[in-house]
Amino acid sequence: MKLADTFQFAFGSLRGSPTRTLLMMLAMSIGVAAVVVLTALGEGARRYVVNQFSTLGTNLVIVLPGRTETAGIGPGLMSGQTPRDITLDDAQALLRSRAIKRIAPLTVGSAALSRGALNREVVVLGSTSDLLEVRHMSIGIGKFLPAGDINDGLSVCVLGNQMKQELFGNEQAVGQWVRLGDRRFRVIGVLASQGESMGMRTDELVIIPVASAHQLFNTSSLFRILVEAKSRDYIEQAKHDAEEIMVQRHSGERDVTVITQDAVLATFDRILTTLTMAVGGIAAISLAVAGVLIMNVMLIAVAQRVKEIGLLKALGAPGKQIRMLFFAEAALLSTAGSVAGLVLGYAGSMIIGQIYPTLPVSPPWWAVLAACFTALGTGILFSVWPARRAAKLDPVAALAGR
Amino acid sequence: MIELQNVCRIFTVGDQQVTALRDINLRLDAGEYISIMGPSGSGKSTMLNMLGLLDRPTSGTYLLDGGNVTDLNDEQQARVRREKIGFVFQSFHLVPRLTAAQNVELPMILAGIPAEERKARVQVLMQNYGLSDRADHKPDQLSGGQRQRVAIARATVMNPTVLLADEPTGNLDRTTGWEVLKLLEGLLEQGITLVVVTHDAEIGARAQRRIHMLDGRIVSDEQRTK
Repeated sequence: MKLADTFQFAFGSLRGSPTRTLLMMLAMSIGVAAVVVLTALGEGARRYVVNQFSTLGTNLVIVLPGRTETAGIGPGLMSGQTPRDITLDDAQALLRSRAIKRIAPLTVGSAALSRGALNREVVVLGSTSDLLEVRHMSIGIGKFLPAGDINDGLSVCVLGNQMKQELFGNEQAVGQWVRLGDRRFRVIGVLASQGESMGMRTDELVIIPVASAHQLFNTSSLFRILVEAKSRDYIEQAKHDAEEIMVQRHSGERDVTVITQDAVLATFDRILTTLTMAVGGIAAISLAVAGVLIMNVMLIAVAQRVKEIGLLKALGAPGKQIRMLFFAEAALLSTAGSVAGLVLGYAGSMIIGQIYPTLPVSPPWWAVLAACFTALGTGILFSVWPARRAAKLDPVAALAGR
Repeated sequence: MIELQNVCRIFTVGDQQVTALRDINLRLDAGEYISIMGPSGSGKSTMLNMLGLLDRPTSGTYLLDGGNVTDLNDEQQARVRREKIGFVFQSFHLVPRLTAAQNVELPMILAGIPAEERKARVQVLMQNYGLSDRADHKPDQLSGGQRQRVAIARATVMNPTVLLADEPTGNLDRTTGWEVLKLLEGLLEQGITLVVVTHDAEIGARAQRRIHMLDGRIVSDEQRTK
C-alpha cells in the first residue's frame, strides 16, 4: 500500500465519523493553543521587562546611596552612622573616569504645581541637561534644561506632556510661568509623550535643574546618579571606577551601591525565561491529556471497526499495514489539531495583546515548535496500543464482528 | 494445486477443546467447481477460512500451487491472500463509507497498484457486472443483489486463482440468489477455482464436485461425471 493511499484511506475513515474526529481535534487544539497562549504571555512579560530596561537608557550604571548588604544591619548602622549622602560634587567627580561618558544626577521629590487656579501635586525631578541623553527622553516643544554650571539654580522647568495638557490645555506653554512649591519657574520645554518606563510616568513629571531642586526641597543629597558608560564594553570598567571614586571621596568607606542595568536585566531575563518554560510545560500536560483521549477514542474506534479490519485482512492487508492506517489517522488528527491549535493560540495571543497593549505578547518560536511536535508525538505514541490491538485481531473473529 | 494434508483445527473454548477439522486430506485442482455442504457446526466454514489463509491449522500442512503456505509469516500470508484468493461473504462486508467503486478498488489500493490503473480496472469490472450507474452509490443505497455483485467485483479485481464464497446467497431472495450464483459460475470460464460453502442442497448440487462434511470430517466427496 502506498503512503499517499494510506493517508487517503485514513482521511476517509476520519471523515466517516466527523463527530469523533472533531472532538479529538478539539482536545488536541486546546492543548496546543494553551501552550501557545501561555508561553506567549510569559514571553510577553519577559520582553516587557527588557523593553522597560532599554527605555531606561543604554549602557547604564546606577549609583545609589547606602550599601545593600545581605545582612540586615549594615556597618553604618552598627557604628551609629547613616550612610553618607551623595552630593553634586561626588557626581561630577565621576566624570574623571575615562570609562564614563556622561552622568545625570537625580533628585526626586514632590511639590505642588500651580498655574492660576489650577493646582496639583507632582513628582519633581532635579537633574541636568545630560538627563535627556542618558534616559533616552525626547523633547516635544521648546528646549530641555540648559547645559552650564551644575550648581546654577535656574528657575526654569520642563513639563511632562500630561502636565502641560492639564495646566495649559491647548495653549502655548513655553515661556509661561508656573509656581512650584514656593518658587516660580519659567516653562522652557515640554517632553514628548512617552508613556511609562520603569514605573515612572514621564508624562506626569516636572523636571528642573538639580540645584533648584536642592533649594526647593532644602537638601544637598542626591537620590541617585545615572552614569552612562562609553560603550557596552566599558560598563564593568565604569562600575568599578564609580565605586572607587566614591570610596575615595567617602574616606575609604564603601557606602554606595553601584548596579549595572545589564546584571539586573540578565537576572530578570533568566527568571522570566524559566517561568515561560515552566508555564509552557504545565500547558503541555494538557497535550498529554489530549493524547490519552485520543488513545481512548481510538480503542473504541478499533472495537467499532472490527469488521472493517477483518475485511482488510481478508483482502490481503498484513498487520503492519493495519497499524500504519491507525498511525496515519493519529498523525492526521494531530496535525489538524496542531494547526487548529496554532490558529486558536495566535488568535488568543492577539486578543490578549489588544486587551493589554503594553504587553508585547508573542509566542516564542521554540514553544510553537515544541507544542506541534509534542502534539504529533503524543498523538502517534498514544495510538500505538490501539493500532497494535487492531493489527492483532484474528481475521475470522473480526469478520464475524467478535 | 490446493492440497490439505492431515489438517486438524482445534479451538479452545473456555476449558473445552472443540475439534472443528479432523485430519482433513483434500486436493482441489485448478478450475474446479466445488461445493462444501453440511449442517452448521460441521466445520465447513472453518474449512473455508483454512483454504483462505484466514485461519491456521493446529496441525497438518497446506500446499498452495505446490508451495507450503502454513509456515509463512503474517505478511507473506497477506500477500498470498491479496494475489491468489478472493472472498465473497454472506453479509457482503462492504465498507459503508466507501462508494461501490471505491469498495471494488480497495484490494488494489492495498496491493499498491497505481491510481490510473486502478481506475481503469474498476471501470471495466463495474461495466461487466452491470454496476456502472451505481459506481458512486454507497452500499446502503444498493439492493442486496447489487451489493453482492459489488463484493464479487471486489473479490475478482485482483484476478485470484481461487474464489471462496461463504453462503453467497444466504442473505438474498431466491431470484437474486440465482443471479449471483450464475455470475459466480461465469467466472469458471476464466479458469478460476470456485469453492462455495452452503447448506442449501439445491445450490450445492450445481457444483461438479460436492463435498459433505459432518463433525469436522469429510463424509462424502462426489464427482459428477458429465
